[in-house]
Amino acid sequence: MAGRIPAVSMRGITKRFPGVVANDRIDFEADPGEVHALLGENGAGKSTLSHILSGLYRPDGGEIYLAGQKVSFASPRDAIDAGVCMVHQHFRLVARFTVSENIILGDRRGAGRRFRIRADAVESQVRALCERYNLPVDPRARIWQLSVGEQQRVEILKALYQDARVLILDEPTAVLTPNEADSLFVTLREIASENRTVIFISHKLNEVEAVSDRVTVLRGGRHITTVRTSEATPQSLADLMIGHDFAAASRPGNGHQIGAAMLEIDGLWADGDRGVPAVKGVSLAVRAGEVVAVAGVAGNGQRELAETIAGVRPGTQGQIRLGGERLKRGDPRAAFDAGVRYIPEDRLGTGVSPSLSVAMNLELRSFRDNSFGPFLKLHQMRAKAEEAITKFGIKASGPDAQSANLSGGNIQKVVIAREFAGAMKVLVAASPTRGLDVAAVAMVHSYLLDAAAKGVSVLLLSEDLSEILALNDRIVVMYEGRLVEVVDHDDVGEIALRMAGRSPETKAPGETQLPSGEEEPSGLDGNRMRASGGVA
Amino acid sequence: MNNALVVVVIASGVAYGTPLLFAALGELLTERSGVLNLGVEGMMLVGAVMGFWGVERVHGNTAAILVAALVIAALAGAAMAAIHAFLVITLRANQIVSGLALTLFAGAVGLSSYLGNNLNLSDLPAKHSFGAFLPQSLQNMTIVGPIVFSQNILVYLSWALVVAIGLYLTRTRPGLNLRAVGESPAAADTMGINVTAYRYAHTIAGGALAGLGGATITLAITPQWVSGITEGSGWIAIALVIFAFWRPDLCLVGAYFFGSLQALAPELQARNISLGPTVLWTSALPYLMTVFVLVVVSSGTARRRLGAPSALGVAYVREEL
Repeated sequence: MAGRIPAVSMRGITKRFPGVVANDRIDFEADPGEVHALLGENGAGKSTLSHILSGLYRPDGGEIYLAGQKVSFASPRDAIDAGVCMVHQHFRLVARFTVSENIILGDRRGAGRRFRIRADAVESQVRALCERYNLPVDPRARIWQLSVGEQQRVEILKALYQDARVLILDEPTAVLTPNEADSLFVTLREIASENRTVIFISHKLNEVEAVSDRVTVLRGGRHITTVRTSEATPQSLADLMIGHDFAAASRPGNGHQIGAAMLEIDGLWADGDRGVPAVKGVSLAVRAGEVVAVAGVAGNGQRELAETIAGVRPGTQGQIRLGGERLKRGDPRAAFDAGVRYIPEDRLGTGVSPSLSVAMNLELRSFRDNSFGPFLKLHQMRAKAEEAITKFGIKASGPDAQSANLSGGNIQKVVIAREFAGAMKVLVAASPTRGLDVAAVAMVHSYLLDAAAKGVSVLLLSEDLSEILALNDRIVVMYEGRLVEVVDHDDVGEIALRMAGRSPETKAPGETQLPSGEEEPSGLDGNRMRASGGVA
Repeated sequence: MNNALVVVVIASGVAYGTPLLFAALGELLTERSGVLNLGVEGMMLVGAVMGFWGVERVHGNTAAILVAALVIAALAGAAMAAIHAFLVITLRANQIVSGLALTLFAGAVGLSSYLGNNLNLSDLPAKHSFGAFLPQSLQNMTIVGPIVFSQNILVYLSWALVVAIGLYLTRTRPGLNLRAVGESPAAADTMGINVTAYRYAHTIAGGALAGLGGATITLAITPQWVSGITEGSGWIAIALVIFAFWRPDLCLVGAYFFGSLQALAPELQARNISLGPTVLWTSALPYLMTVFVLVVVSSGTARRRLGAPSALGVAYVREEL
């Protein structure tokens, strides 16, 4: 290997966004003919790095070399001309165009580069490409008629049509079925065998093991290590990905009484925004005074689960009971009246109405009680808001301050002040501390624990492992719409593995399906999750 | 035969429809790039007054003057469109607000009237104008004579433009790129197509065609200038684009349909034919249909089903992934 010129060499890449350093002096190298996995949690800087390599972002610092030549990309076009193509997680396809039209878009080499487009010449070129890489797709079909897997093939064909030397795929399997993922891996190996470089971005250990030659692990915007895949174990990769910082974190003795089951979810299914099931047969019981933490990488159905419990999203199957009473499906007001409180993930978009005043936002749940016919009792609302501002320490110029102008922590206080009103029985908190500073995080945590101490069932959905370890009475992991109970809730390694779709018992490297046999998460369908400490 | 009501109405419908057709083709190009231009009416008004100014003030032989007048009108429309482009593409202002503002600014009580009055253009007969120019023998042919061969050169120009734009959109690389920019600017940008440049170019070209449409009114249809002479043609043109499912060939059909409606009332009156309150429904119908179409397409789903460019009205920002 020594003396070989890497196909891609990125040195000291730094990229800052307002408030965050997304990439902090990252070094990255990939050889010709290899599939190189870029592994890391959400927010580790994988996407930013790949967007820099594909010309979408300009780095604030650092240098990029392709096959030893220094390059500087001002746009994706420059990157494509230099042979770097990217398959984005959200496809960059024109839905109304045909496959061929999409493939020749921006073409400067093939049959599509001329002023006049000859559809037949383009189609035969595309057909030839489909056959060569075994990517069957009809060149005349329109994109909107294709399945997601086929659309991805079009994206890959687009890159191959441009004769990409470096192909970057951003979480390509997120949208695929296991079978489709398998055939994608075959294609990627095929592409790499032509001495091209494939950079494969993922947070799923199975896939990284199945397809890659080497792995580069990123964490918190930094390069952690690069190892040969054959020399790594899932456990070592998971540890590298998550880091060891959390080993010391542990729960404070909550010391409160845990009572009877309060929130009971039975075989719940719900569709995501795209109309495909996002919550797949979740069953879970949260007892009074218990904090159940749902760990998982974003996009595995946590948001949909939270919304379904809060009544914002109608479930398609199964039921939710509160203290034995069945909740009406898809009725947020009924859920609130029954005692469900909800801290949504997107606090500025969903948690508050940004253009309304603090007082108005505090009354969003209860303005019906503060009105006289259609008229709001503004004085009363302001007085109540003043009270809440003092009680919850909301830093705002007054009840009439516009909510959008508050800091993230203070917005979250407004949400909490509103949701904690009345008879709270269940609190669903979705990533309640994301993006908050340390003091605000501590404040939110203390409210969650306070609620639990008062006998409220708390369901905490979070990506932040330190938060989960600090607050939980019980941990479940959500992966691809299903829940898996974590056996030992102090074992960071197990949590990390399960978040990546593995169970500690499944060892077979190269396996690309979900964990099989009785370890399959779907095996829990319909079974009530057992109480704390129970062995699945 | 050539004096039959149908023939006469269609023949004048073609003439009356031509300004609509120019403006609609311009709006079609603009909208295909993803920019909604509600300033068409204003651009037509400015084109109308500047074109008329051209024939009154430029000296030389008739052909040269008429060409110069058209160029001036197109440039005036393009200049207005350039303001719109800067506001909505570079500054990402709301496209509806910007377009409406331009129409108000240039409208019957705004810039176009100011220009016309200040340049002393009212109540002047046009010194030069477009008229039928083909040999009399062709013009006398049955049916096709009045409808096809008695038209002025602008009508034939608009036909050429329909064909050219149709081919441009479907058969050429820039046309493909344009459609990609209007459908999915993110995809276009990723493939190295300059979204901003395409939007500027087609917004400005659309404004030029609107200006040309305005000049068609003052130079060919009613060879004179009065304030507010377009009488809402710009709005009809915008509705036409939607009627035509963003296709140039259907724009032509729609433009002649509306043109014929406009021609119907005076013709019925001239022949002493009474069909109830004729003037009411023949004159109001284009506007009523425009209102109806604009209401229908303001719903997103209807727009998508009709084939509107997916990114119509949406500014493109690269960093928002």
